[in-house]
Amino acid sequence: MNTRPGLYYSKEHEWVRVEGDLAYIGITDYAQESLGSIVYVETPKVGKAIGKDEVLGVVESVKAASDVFSPISGTVVEANESLQDSPELINEAPYENHIAVLKIQDPAELEQLFNDTQYEEYVKSQGA
Amino acid sequence: MRDERLIFEKSVEGRTGYSLPPNDVPQVDINALFGEEILRKTELNIPEVSEVDVIRHYTNLSRRNFGVDSGFYPLGSCTMKYNPKINEDIAALDGFAQMHPLQNPISSQGCLEVLYRMDKYLAEILGMERVTLQPAAGAQGEMTGLMIIKAYHMSRNDHKRVKIIVPDSSHGTNPASAAVVGFDVVQIPSDERGLVDINALEAILDDTVAGLMLTNPNTLGLFEEDILKISKMVHACGGLLYYDGANMNAIMGYARPGDMGFDIAHVNLHKTFSTPHGGGGPGAGPIGVSKDLVPFLPVPVVEKKDGYYNLDYDRPLSIGKIKSFYGNFSVIVRAFCYILSMGPQGLKDASGIAVLNANYIRKKLEDLYEIPYNRTCMHEFVLSAVRQAEKGVTALDLAKNLIDKGYHPPTIYFPLIVKEAMMIEPTETESPETLDSFIEAMRELATKAAEEPESLKHAPKTAYVSRLDEVKAARNPILKWSK
Amino acid sequence: MLKTIGAQSIDELFSSIPQELRLNRELELPGPLSEHELRKHVKDIVKDNFDASWNLCFLGAGVYDHIIPSAIKHLVFRQEFYTAYTPYQAEMSQGILQAMFEFQTMITELTGMDAANASLYDGASAVYEAVLLACRHNERKEVLVARSVNPEYRKVLTSVFKYSDIEIKEIDYIMPDKGAKSGTVDMDMLKELISDKTAAVVVQSPNFFGIVEDIKAVSEKAKEVDALLIAVCDPISLGVFESPGKLGADIAVGEAQPLGNPMNFGGPLLGYFAVKKPYIRRMPGRIVGETTDHDGRRGFVLTLQAREQHIRREKATSNICTNQALCALTATIYLSIMGRKGLLDVATQCINKSNYAYQSLLKTGNVAKVFDAPFFREFVVKPAVHPEKLNEELLHDSIIGGYDLSKEYPELEGCWLVAVTEKRSKDEIDFLVNKVDSIIKGGI
Repeated sequence: MNTRPGLYYSKEHEWVRVEGDLAYIGITDYAQESLGSIVYVETPKVGKAIGKDEVLGVVESVKAASDVFSPISGTVVEANESLQDSPELINEAPYENHIAVLKIQDPAELEQLFNDTQYEEYVKSQGA
Repeated sequence: MRDERLIFEKSVEGRTGYSLPPNDVPQVDINALFGEEILRKTELNIPEVSEVDVIRHYTNLSRRNFGVDSGFYPLGSCTMKYNPKINEDIAALDGFAQMHPLQNPISSQGCLEVLYRMDKYLAEILGMERVTLQPAAGAQGEMTGLMIIKAYHMSRNDHKRVKIIVPDSSHGTNPASAAVVGFDVVQIPSDERGLVDINALEAILDDTVAGLMLTNPNTLGLFEEDILKISKMVHACGGLLYYDGANMNAIMGYARPGDMGFDIAHVNLHKTFSTPHGGGGPGAGPIGVSKDLVPFLPVPVVEKKDGYYNLDYDRPLSIGKIKSFYGNFSVIVRAFCYILSMGPQGLKDASGIAVLNANYIRKKLEDLYEIPYNRTCMHEFVLSAVRQAEKGVTALDLAKNLIDKGYHPPTIYFPLIVKEAMMIEPTETESPETLDSFIEAMRELATKAAEEPESLKHAPKTAYVSRLDEVKAARNPILKWSK
Repeated sequence: MLKTIGAQSIDELFSSIPQELRLNRELELPGPLSEHELRKHVKDIVKDNFDASWNLCFLGAGVYDHIIPSAIKHLVFRQEFYTAYTPYQAEMSQGILQAMFEFQTMITELTGMDAANASLYDGASAVYEAVLLACRHNERKEVLVARSVNPEYRKVLTSVFKYSDIEIKEIDYIMPDKGAKSGTVDMDMLKELISDKTAAVVVQSPNFFGIVEDIKAVSEKAKEVDALLIAVCDPISLGVFESPGKLGADIAVGEAQPLGNPMNFGGPLLGYFAVKKPYIRRMPGRIVGETTDHDGRRGFVLTLQAREQHIRREKATSNICTNQALCALTATIYLSIMGRKGLLDVATQCINKSNYAYQSLLKTGNVAKVFDAPFFREFVVKPAVHPEKLNEELLHDSIIGGYDLSKEYPELEGCWLVAVTEKRSKDEIDFLVNKVDSIIKGGI
């Protein structure tokens, strides 16, 4: 399992990278590893308002389909279209390949998320 | 010779293999009648082959398949018992196969008699009041049962019951069916015995619970010993109990869901009642209900009055129709024949021997494989290949090696609560000799897994294809042939 | 064996079942019967059935009496196919997997769609799964269904969605005597009801009255509000008519029993389900995909399974677990035997023979015309004697008469839906016409 400094992390194994008022959201290295070879990523519609902990998308491997929960509230401004043809990008570089970009609605929500060391400890505590 | 071609790749322009009577009536000018824009202009790539081409093609395909008649098929939860041939002959009789479902009941008394009697027979076996034969499969039976649960609560103006409880070991269709009918699904854990955790159940029972779905024996092959207590608890809070009859083959003639307190029960004719699985269907999933729920059954119900069978549609509380007509009739005919051939003692013996066979295999493998809930099981048991997995040989590897040994593998990776699960259900139709040779094969694999694990990583070697790339298939799905 | 287990008797193995739950009596069931006794017993039951092998069947209404080539049963009843389970172990199931891949291909060819699944229970279940897909796709809750869609399908729709938030609204057909388009979808009513809340429009062609609908016009209306068009089509008719895909349908579903499957008193039937590309990953049921094996050879697997119930449980796309593999195999073999030319021949004969029967019945002067639009294989007329009575009389002459429409369409009281397939000869049609005429003249 690896993490990146400077990102926010959720209990559901998503990461958030903040750039101005935009949040790039993807799934962590731990999440992609436990799913195995990813075969499809369902991304949200641009313009859709999504609340914290609501479903942002679905990541599918051969053996599992897992909801991606949005760690924060916001409006979708971009969905990563390159995942449509190349879902394996998430396996190859989980932190380089976001699933969607949200316009952040409430920056305070970010404070409730983990930083990289907290997230690593959380994963360890879950018996992984 | 290996011929990998699809039927389309055997097509030769202009070749035909069909035989039709002549068109002996005046020709209609189709262009003028319908107008050209509605007629097909797009090319239709249906193969052009001869009858013998077709016969050879599909005969060769059949050789790349494995049925119960090919060999031992201990696929847990699927009850792959032998399918008696007489049942096929009878279902194929013109008097059944060539009947139209909308014929006047005067002209279909024979069909209606079969439906009526099957309703009674299954009700007796399940301990229920009446049975609908309409559901086409277990999952559709579940959906029907859940709709009846909904209709029952609604008819009492009890609108707050939105929850269906399922154990974590349940079949995946249980929560999926509940979701389709619009219930919220609440999952409860199993305890260390592998049974429903009574305390966990107690904690969530309240007046929002519509019902509980349970398989008994459960997917670990264990009988829910506390079932009477469970049914009392659920009933006390106003909920209903649904019996998933996938595992009914364990208890025929020994115990009945109705006597356990279940209000609704489905049964898979393609499992317990020996109708063939057809490579994935058709099956049939009739459901039985207790007296209070009879008014909610789908329409029509077959009734008998003065020796005449008729279809009763006049049932105001009915949930309506969930499938066209009366269900998978020809599957029902096969099960009808099975019940008559077996008789009451025969059915009980079938369950007895199914349980004997499962325990025999379990006992003969318990030293080499981990068996998480190792005690007397019912018609199936779950072993865990965790010891083998430590050496790098997974349940999947073991399954693929069984193929090379001439067996259909057990169900693997189910139930989800057991790691490296292999679910073994031998059924009653297998001889002790067959069981012994399967046991021998499993023991050999365990020894190999311990001593030379690498040798098990490349199976199957004798099948028509080697291991297939599922990731490739799912990433860029190719779902049809293109020129 | 008991010794190995360490038990005294088989009964002891059941000790986990509490004593008070044991059934301490024999089940009250007949039997056991030997093969011979069983055959005799069943023959006695079957004699009360008037089947289509010795009665002339003019009944359709969703299930049809077509000619079934002999080769089919010899292939379908090879044990390797019919005694196998769902192909979870792909390496030992290449036969059925390849056949399902061929089935999917044939369905896409007929419907003009991009992908098809390996079949569903029946036409009715295919329609409700299509509605579910549409509502999930565009997150809308209202569905418009033509009243000319098979009433069995509409009843199933109504019951399945009764307790959900999906609302079904019906669009009427143009009534008799309202011009050349009578019997087809009422486009004015469609325009009135359709809105940006509409998830999908469901239309059937040929519709329940046998009449060919203008799928293109309905689909254009649906497109205006981004609703999906679900076309319910008879596969035999697609031998001669343009595919729904070409005419703008997003989802094509229907009943494929006519492709070589016996009527079987209504079951098993064979639902097919085909979609355009954007909806492929939302398709319910079993789907077979092409891939390669370890050695690079072509092979087939069940694919897009991650959304199914055994993994996704309550979040699954659908609760459907099985398909009707054997019936789909039957359809595949049927289409292979008939070929493109044979299918066209069947479809054309259905048109010719049903039109001949229609004209001949009208000519008697005792049977009235009802609708004006052209039909395929099946038509509506109004005989001077009520269909219920007429059918009862026809049975004496070994004729299974048409469908009494007043059962589902009160406004069509006295109307009779008659199906004529390629199986009927001119003599048989003439026989029907004469009998109908004489029964009416007899003044019953």
